[in-house]
Amino acid sequence: MIESDVFVQAMQDMGVNFFTGVPDSILGGIIAELMNRRLYTPAVREDEAVGMAAGAYMAGKTPAVLMQNSGLGTSLNTLISLNVIYKQPCILIVSWRGQGGKDAPEHLVMGEVMPQLLDTVKIPHRTLTEKTAIEDFRWVAQTFMQQQIPVALLITKGVVKGLHP
Amino acid sequence: MAALLELLTDQPVIICNGFPSREAHKIADRSTHFYMIGSMGNAPAIALGVALAKPNKQVITFDGDGNVLMGMGTVATVGALKPKNFIHVVFDNEVYGTTGNQPTISNVVPLEKVAKSAGYVNVERVLDRDDLVYEFKDMLKKDGPSMLLIKVNEFVEDAGRVLHDPPDITRRFMKAID
Repeated sequence: MIESDVFVQAMQDMGVNFFTGVPDSILGGIIAELMNRRLYTPAVREDEAVGMAAGAYMAGKTPAVLMQNSGLGTSLNTLISLNVIYKQPCILIVSWRGQGGKDAPEHLVMGEVMPQLLDTVKIPHRTLTEKTAIEDFRWVAQTFMQQQIPVALLITKGVVKGLHP
Repeated sequence: MAALLELLTDQPVIICNGFPSREAHKIADRSTHFYMIGSMGNAPAIALGVALAKPNKQVITFDGDGNVLMGMGTVATVGALKPKNFIHVVFDNEVYGTTGNQPTISNVVPLEKVAKSAGYVNVERVLDRDDLVYEFKDMLKKDGPSMLLIKVNEFVEDAGRVLHDPPDITRRFMKAID
């Protein structure tokens, strides 16, 4: 399991210096660490977070947005009618609720279709694992730089330490 | 809108989709303008991102009533974070203009009162040109966040679409506010 502070440090080492989003339990440890480091600006909806990140990007920051995968549905229009067409990159740190069909009912449909949904809207994505973490982070940074569109790093349960281990 | 643009110099202006972007583009096409063509409701969120990243620059957003209603949560976020360098101008014509003037609900929901309750420091509702010039000048001198709500008529003449390619708008805006 990756420690939350190691994850946040890796993001900072990549140059990420603007973090916003809407919480999820899987991301609880990361958000707590970001708040400790006074790096996190909370949003009330995921599309708002994506919009704030776009503004911060244009003002010179390297932004990341944290969200539960349900928030992908909420922010889809902003991602495609702002970020994709205007070439405004951001790093999406998305918790994969409903993966493998084991979660509360509201997460099951999105949990099953999320990879195909991201493929359909042409948002590159990769699932973080402890073993491949260094490579995963490198891929995120390269994709952000080269494609200038949102890139999603998917976080499954138990890969990064949460608030309640 | 022309009266407001005359009072601005090098401030970043994030302009919502629909007629506000088309009008601003027609009146004065400046590199400090970020014209939106999609992502309805997100203009103040983008402006907030710019304002937080550049706390020493005054950031303006031109918004519409339908847009504010759609992204009302961002009024709360701005009110809570209280960026001093944030001015939210709302052109309130009580309709969705580009889709055929269907009514919004801003005739019965006073958006500047929503902003005040959310924590905006200065809010004003104006009905005519003299008042709007006076109040906007005043807001440019004050710490925000501020909301200037301008009651306007329905846009009658189509100003034409924004002609720049979206990636060019991004590049031009980034260079201008750097």
